[in-house]
Amino acid sequence: MRPISDFSMQITALFFAAYRDLTGTEELPLRLERGSRISDLVRTLRDRGGSWARLPAEPAVAVNQEYARLDALLSDGDEVAFIPPVSGG
Amino acid sequence: MLVEVTREPIDPGRLLSGAHGPSDGAVLLFLGVVRDHNDGRPVEGLDYEAFEAMAERELAAILHEARARWDLGETRVVHRVGSLAIGETSVATVVCSSHRAEAYEASRWIMDEIKKRVPIWKRERYLDGSADWLGAAQVLEKEPVE
Repeated sequence: MRPISDFSMQITALFFAAYRDLTGTEELPLRLERGSRISDLVRTLRDRGGSWARLPAEPAVAVNQEYARLDALLSDGDEVAFIPPVSGG
Repeated sequence: MLVEVTREPIDPGRLLSGAHGPSDGAVLLFLGVVRDHNDGRPVEGLDYEAFEAMAERELAAILHEARARWDLGETRVVHRVGSLAIGETSVATVVCSSHRAEAYEASRWIMDEIKKRVPIWKRERYLDGSADWLGAAQVLEKEPVE
């Protein structure tokens, strides 16, 4: 039997500002199937229901502190930050 | 180059100190300051929050891009986070150049980019005690109807 780690990967989702207030969560470790894209992660989170379902379907995201497209593939160990509309400056 | 995200009050004098070199004829300081109103609603104060590590990366990238677009001397940016009162400085930039045209253009572009890209969020506190993260209501899906 192949070890389970061959089929899944560990990622961490980060939430800030309005998204943190909405979900009550700052940091969420998750296991996803290898080959998952950011859009799969978004769907997984929205499918939790309740407040999670209020996250936008196409949020801005950053992987390892760089903005990324929603169709980008994720890798084991990635940190995915959900970026609410920015209002700095 | 100087890039900083800080909880401390911003000191414009410190930011200007030592910024310009012998070939700089222009030194331009910009301060973004908390004002008392937004969209007609009186504001009591602001909270700024940042994804700090990424904010510093994006601020540095913006300065690098400005330096590629214009012929500049020293460039510096400091953004403050935490709770700020009316009149306090939330962001400051210093841009130096030989001639003022580049300093004016780069300074404006830098602030425009900061407002578009940097992962920093502002929550306004209103006089009636309510508070809103700017821009958030428009992207959150509707509350489920019971």
